[in-house]
Amino acid sequence: MAELKTDQIVLNMGPQHPSTHGVLRLEVVLDGEVVVDVTPHIGYLHRCFEKHAEAMTYPQVIPYTDRMDYLSSMYNNFGYVEAVERLMNIEVPERVKYIRVIMGELQRIANHLVAVGTFGIDIGAFTPFLYCFRDRERILDLFEMTCGARLLYNYMWVGGVSHDLPPNFIPKAKEFLKDFKKSIKELNDLLSYNKIFIERTANIGILPADTAINYGCSGPVLRGSGVEWDLRKNDPYSIYDRFEWEVVTGKGEMGTVGDCWDRYMVRVREMEQSCRIVEQALEQIPDGDVTSAIPKRVKPPAGEIYFRVESPKGELGYHIISDGSLNPFRVKVRAPSFVNLQILPVISRGYLVADIIANLGSLDIVLGEIDR
Amino acid sequence: MIPDKLAEFFGVNFLGYLIAAALPLFLWILPYALYAVYAERKISAFMQDRIGPNRVGPKGLFQTIADILKLIQKEDIVPSSADKPLFIAAPYVIFTGTFAAFAALPFSSIYIGSNINLGVFYILAISSFSVVGILMAGWAGNNKYSLYGAMRSVAQIVSYEVPALLAIVSAVMVIGTLNLNEISEMQTARFWNWWIFGGPLQGIQKFLLIIPMIIAFIIFFIASLAEVNRTPFDIPEAESELVAGFHTEYTGMKFAMFFLAEYGNMFVVSAISVSIFFGGWQSPFGYLGNSLGISWLVPFEQVFWFLFKGSFLVLIQMWLRWTLPRLRVDQLMTVCWKYLTPYAFVNLVLIGIITLI
Repeated sequence: MAELKTDQIVLNMGPQHPSTHGVLRLEVVLDGEVVVDVTPHIGYLHRCFEKHAEAMTYPQVIPYTDRMDYLSSMYNNFGYVEAVERLMNIEVPERVKYIRVIMGELQRIANHLVAVGTFGIDIGAFTPFLYCFRDRERILDLFEMTCGARLLYNYMWVGGVSHDLPPNFIPKAKEFLKDFKKSIKELNDLLSYNKIFIERTANIGILPADTAINYGCSGPVLRGSGVEWDLRKNDPYSIYDRFEWEVVTGKGEMGTVGDCWDRYMVRVREMEQSCRIVEQALEQIPDGDVTSAIPKRVKPPAGEIYFRVESPKGELGYHIISDGSLNPFRVKVRAPSFVNLQILPVISRGYLVADIIANLGSLDIVLGEIDR
Repeated sequence: MIPDKLAEFFGVNFLGYLIAAALPLFLWILPYALYAVYAERKISAFMQDRIGPNRVGPKGLFQTIADILKLIQKEDIVPSSADKPLFIAAPYVIFTGTFAAFAALPFSSIYIGSNINLGVFYILAISSFSVVGILMAGWAGNNKYSLYGAMRSVAQIVSYEVPALLAIVSAVMVIGTLNLNEISEMQTARFWNWWIFGGPLQGIQKFLLIIPMIIAFIIFFIASLAEVNRTPFDIPEAESELVAGFHTEYTGMKFAMFFLAEYGNMFVVSAISVSIFFGGWQSPFGYLGNSLGISWLVPFEQVFWFLFKGSFLVLIQMWLRWTLPRLRVDQLMTVCWKYLTPYAFVNLVLIGIITLI
């Protein structure tokens, strides 16, 4: 019998698709259910952030950074204001440093909760997502208490923060951290060690360490591949060197090092580590004025700086060029999601359609940051 | 029997029997499907720390009715590139396949739509009819997601019929009849006479049968989950991959028919389990009507127990849906061919040996 003629099929996933995490379009070439190639098409959420920034004064740029990775706005603020402060040689008060770390780490927990929850949805488990959002809600309540906003904060200013912590913030935060440990156990019982979940994620989308480094991956994606690289430890900024915590890496417990399960689990364990940091910071936080170092006019001297922080998604870098005027000459952002997304075709080829979704979920991208 | 009396009333001809068989069924199916959707939403809300529908009517009781009314009012879109006749026929085929199965379900000792001797066989055959509808829907929509959904769905349902049937066959081997009403009648008096506990047999045979029967039930239950496309086997409509699977292109009332058929199917497979393994319409503790001497109460109790047990299994299906992630398509086939089918065969042989003792 003559062989049947087969053909490849091109499937367009997105820009409106339930699991592309925003307006991402994936052009998928399929041979039956097997993925031959994936091409991500981006740009549907481009808002000219970097060009806008050139016409703004330095403090006016901060709300724009909120809107890049809208799930970890605090950390975007953090990176930007620290960069401008270094450019201007501003030393912020101790209390501000602690507040920034507390907010940053709470934001990391909130971000990972969304990442882990939506990853669950991608795999088909709907319930863990809502449990994650229940806990995230409490973090957002803490933020709302402090600065009035729940998603886009504009909280960290050059030289300080917009509001001091409200009086009942510390007890509420401690209460949250206490309850959150139970939530992590619940998440592990419901999702992480679920047999079906492991079947779906272990040995899927394996990203070897050298490939990850060559492609410039960072954050949980890189650490999931077993590389111990965390800017908070390896290139310390702010006051991260004062706390006791560990860098979490993927160990290939359920399959191979660098598979989806590892990337997922790194996020879950990082939440525990963030809890540790916040707990210590809440104990040590000194009193003081949080607005004393805020300059009247933010006018850095001419020069440039590249400053990077470990945002929840990975290495978030700000390259700011100042010409000595009130507006930045150029603000270039190195967005971790953008760099991490390029790994998707590499880890998806040869797997099944369902695995693209798992891989994409495990990369935890936010389109606001990719397109800027 | 009620259908005969009804048929007498409407005239003993084809039409009379048709009305007699269909009328009471519709009295149950439509409210059931509406409130199963409501129950699913409330149950999932309860599991997920939410409130669920609570706006339309007290406690949101009329939510599904409002939803269906909305769907009826919607424009009935047929995509211009669709295969029109198939596209329009598909929902009716699926709907018919599901609801024809209700005709042979024994709701009570005096009410069964059609008391045929091949009841089990008929239900399993007619409910696989929906595969044709799914393939039609997936093909006719002219959408890649629909086609993928339909292909997966057909592969899945056809595969899972093997372990499901083997499990049923192994049970039927002991039972000795395919008539659902007779099967229910056998498991009389108390719950230890249910077939899952070895049925009304005596001595060592009953004792030995318990474990194989439980295995047969579990195999049938897992396979039936796959047949009705429920999580963890909801791959045909895996929303994170295939948007909505085979019914991606459907709107309005056609979509509602898929939806209602899904919930109808859930009850059908549960009803088969209940009839064969859990005593059908038999009460687990004897009848209140008998002990009080009110004989007309007994059939109502039977209806209650049948619906109660059926709904309980539906509840378990919902519970699983909101707890488990979804398998991948190849893993689904692995579960079917490498685990369920061999175990079902072993179980078949085991039960065969036990019946010979």
